[in-house]
Amino acid sequence: MTTTTLAVLVPLLPFLGAVAGLLLGRTAPGFVRPLAVLPTLASFVLAVLVAVRQGGDQAVDAHTELTPTGSVPIELALHIDGFAALVAVLVGVVASCVQIYSAGYLRDDPRYPSYAALVSLFTSAMLLVVYSGDLIVLLVGWEIMGICSYFLVGHYWETPEARAASIKAFLVTKLGDVPFLIGLFALATDTGSFRITKVLGAVASGGLDHPTLIALLLLAGVAGKSAQFPLHTWLPDAMAGPTPVSALIHAATMVAAGVYFVARLLPVFEASSAAMVVLAVMAAVTMLGSGLAALAQDDIKRVLAYSTIGQLGYMTGALAVGDRGAAVFHLLSHGAFKALLFLAAGVIIHAAGTNSLAAMSRMSNLRDRVPDAFWTMTVALLALAAIPPFSGFFSKESVLGAAEHVATGHTEHAPGAAGWITLVAGLVTTALTAAYALRLWLLAFRGQGTEAPDHGRQPLTMTVVLWVLAVPSLALGGFAYRSLPDWFDGRDLAPTLTTSILGTGVALVGGIVTYAAWRHSTALAARVPLGAVAAHPEGDAGLVEAEAIATHAPAYGDVASAPDPADPGRLLLGPLHRHAAVGFHLDALYAALFVRPVLAGASLVRFLDREVVETYVRGAGALPRLLGAAVRRAQTGNVQTYVSALLAGTVVLAVAAVLVATGA
Amino acid sequence: MHLAYPAVLSALLFCTGLYGVLARRNAILVLMSVELMLNAVNLNLVAFDVWLSKAARDTLHSGQALTLFTIAIAAAEIGIGLSIVLAVYRNRGTSAIDRLRDSAEGHESDGPEDDAPTTDQTGKAEASA
Amino acid sequence: MSLAAAATVTAAPATNLAADTHGFLSPTGVEITFLLVGLVTFGAALVTVTTRQLVHAALWLVVTLGGLAVEYLLLTAEFIAWVQVLIYVGSVVVLLLFGLMLTRAPIGRSPDADSGNRWAALTVAVASAAALVWVVVDAFRATWIDLDGPAAGSTAVTGASLFQNWVLPFEALSVLLLAALVGAIVLSRKAKAESSSPPVNSRAGSGSSPSVPNSRNHPSGRKEPVAGTDPVAGTDPAEQEGAR
Repeated sequence: MTTTTLAVLVPLLPFLGAVAGLLLGRTAPGFVRPLAVLPTLASFVLAVLVAVRQGGDQAVDAHTELTPTGSVPIELALHIDGFAALVAVLVGVVASCVQIYSAGYLRDDPRYPSYAALVSLFTSAMLLVVYSGDLIVLLVGWEIMGICSYFLVGHYWETPEARAASIKAFLVTKLGDVPFLIGLFALATDTGSFRITKVLGAVASGGLDHPTLIALLLLAGVAGKSAQFPLHTWLPDAMAGPTPVSALIHAATMVAAGVYFVARLLPVFEASSAAMVVLAVMAAVTMLGSGLAALAQDDIKRVLAYSTIGQLGYMTGALAVGDRGAAVFHLLSHGAFKALLFLAAGVIIHAAGTNSLAAMSRMSNLRDRVPDAFWTMTVALLALAAIPPFSGFFSKESVLGAAEHVATGHTEHAPGAAGWITLVAGLVTTALTAAYALRLWLLAFRGQGTEAPDHGRQPLTMTVVLWVLAVPSLALGGFAYRSLPDWFDGRDLAPTLTTSILGTGVALVGGIVTYAAWRHSTALAARVPLGAVAAHPEGDAGLVEAEAIATHAPAYGDVASAPDPADPGRLLLGPLHRHAAVGFHLDALYAALFVRPVLAGASLVRFLDREVVETYVRGAGALPRLLGAAVRRAQTGNVQTYVSALLAGTVVLAVAAVLVATGA
Repeated sequence: MHLAYPAVLSALLFCTGLYGVLARRNAILVLMSVELMLNAVNLNLVAFDVWLSKAARDTLHSGQALTLFTIAIAAAEIGIGLSIVLAVYRNRGTSAIDRLRDSAEGHESDGPEDDAPTTDQTGKAEASA
Repeated sequence: MSLAAAATVTAAPATNLAADTHGFLSPTGVEITFLLVGLVTFGAALVTVTTRQLVHAALWLVVTLGGLAVEYLLLTAEFIAWVQVLIYVGSVVVLLLFGLMLTRAPIGRSPDADSGNRWAALTVAVASAAALVWVVVDAFRATWIDLDGPAAGSTAVTGASLFQNWVLPFEALSVLLLAALVGAIVLSRKAKAESSSPPVNSRAGSGSSPSVPNSRNHPSGRKEPVAGTDPVAGTDPAEQEGAR
């Protein structure tokens, strides 16, 4: 088989698996699990094969035009370069792990067939986005991911949180997709093609007439999809979905699509320095804000969600300084360790029966209950905090190194301001990252108090994938940073001495401060009893999680935070904690700016419709009704009356006819 | 003879019959009025036939033939009409035209209430007779 | 009476205007006779439609129809005149009298002989009379019927034209009469079996909610009078057919 055929099969297999799963879900439940896992695994293997054959050499390009589609042709095109091949491998790994994990996590869920099919469909769409060489085909995958995300976030649709979160995720990403679509059209109008290769060729020859406009329009879509400020608010709420979904969509793949898209079309963005600065500011605000917010969250998954936003901020920061190699490197390592973090968090939630860190901090021995999750999560948190030699260290250092490279005057790709913004924000965020990573670890595993509830051994499917993912989290960065430049643009990804020392030092400071704060506040924990635990020892993990999410707000007063004085984050943030816990009131701001005017407009329209328009309609109905009533009175049933009227009319007509005929 | 005499007489008779049809309550009287109207038409037909045949414009005597047909049809009509009136009278106990208002809008409210007793009572009356 | 007045008022100026060769002011004897008989006929017709005594109405109808027969004679249509006497006066009026009796029409003055529609009827009738008389007089005031010479409606002439030119309609007419005969019998026949009686009283039964004894009384109460009326109604068309 040629590489092209293999590459076509990669997105196609999960798609067929999804279709088969949807069709057979009810009639043949036995096939659902194989149909979910096997196509994804096969497509992972094929993606690896494609990556091996491509080998970072010349990009594989293939295209066929199905039918003429107007002025700008739309083609089924493949464009597989080193980025595409490696990101596809990452998607394959994470999707396979998630499918295997889900088989255990949702083993008793009645909606598992549709869930698995949607995950497969989602995987297929993501692979399509990765491999597609045509922007419109890419958009198809992009939108399919959006709708799959909507369904998967709303998997526990019985809970109002999940319903609201799914709608919010859909609407916010769509809000970004509208300018994104317009941007794509503008781009195609300027360059005359939707093919990525032709677009890049046109950009290289300076054929772009409105680079800033196009770049900013595209950025809106990227911000929506990749959860960048100011369109990031859907991601923390999307944690109302099942944990594997969070791992797949909201950590490794979908949110990475935006970053990947920018990486693919980076020359388009580089054509406009304003767009690069905007990208850098966006990345900086996102990193700092999400780091502070993550420190104040009580829900373990929301901590990870904000952390995802922050890490995505690193990637966009790397793109803002024009180094897509660093961005995709961080995307790869982050995809691995963030998927691991989420999957491990799922195990912990199942074991603890709660998703609240405050409640976990009052349990002892949680780590003995779930040793696999404990160890793998420790690895992943270290990677997240960019502690050498874990993979996160190398990828993050490559980002910081690229930023420093630009900041120190190598501004041929990006403006120096973008470099400085990214560098400073990145360093501060390193400290914040270390702080919230350590806080999460301490609260989850170093709790004191009553014994953690025993929910038995976790299913093998759930624990094995943790170790599978722990391997790249541990070692990917260290082994890959030398060979990856061959796959990417060839720019060096090795950590530089300055940023390594600075970054690690800042991270250590953040960790130490957090530890000190924890030591100081942990004594309070025993005095303030807190916590609610879902009591479903026999239920599968999905059920426990759904219940934990649903009971968080009633038990603690809020979905995001808990009134826990023993929280080191509270001590660290001080008066900022209140604002950080609710995401710096961005939701309230949006509610005031957009939701309330729209609701007011809707109620105005409703009033106009009910009271004004309907009055006319009723009036229009009343007149015929009155006429009808009047005419009805004439129908007396007396034949003589009828005949009288008939003859009277006849006489009148006859006289009129005679008068007309005689010309009178 | 002036044609106007029979023509005017015919018109007056016709309108008299018309008045009878519209104003009479008893169905048999209405039938009588119908006969009056038919006869008015007959008079017209005969008068015009005589005029036209004398003026040699029509040798078919169609007016007289049509008059005969009208008389025959009138006889048939009176037979059918009377049997209908009798059937209605047997069923409804009345031959008053303005009480046969089944086609009126919403007649259910008043119709049956006074119909059923009437039928019953006439039935008894006829049985006794 | 107002009708007649209106008619004469309308007719009088017309007659004055139409004096050509045969002036209305110098009527022939036939015309005078026609006018007198016509007045009687019209008066009888008016009484027919206005009298409160139903049987008298039928009798005045006889006068009207007889007057019309005389008019036919004056128009030299003798065959029509005899047929008129034979069928109308002889059978139709008799039939109507039978009908009046069978429907138990009251003997003597009945105050409700006219329906509430009479004023509308009067308006319509007067209006149409005015229109018709106006049109007719306007159209035919100068037309003269020459009644001299061979009679236009003698039996020989009528028979010849009827059986030369009108044979097919004449025969078709016999089919019509047969159909009328059968129809009259079917309509006035009594319900043969108990099963066919529900359609007859279905209207009363469906429209109302009669109590159970009432609904049981209906068939039995109706049986007897129907039996009495039936033969008469059934034989009437036959009689009439025979009279023709």
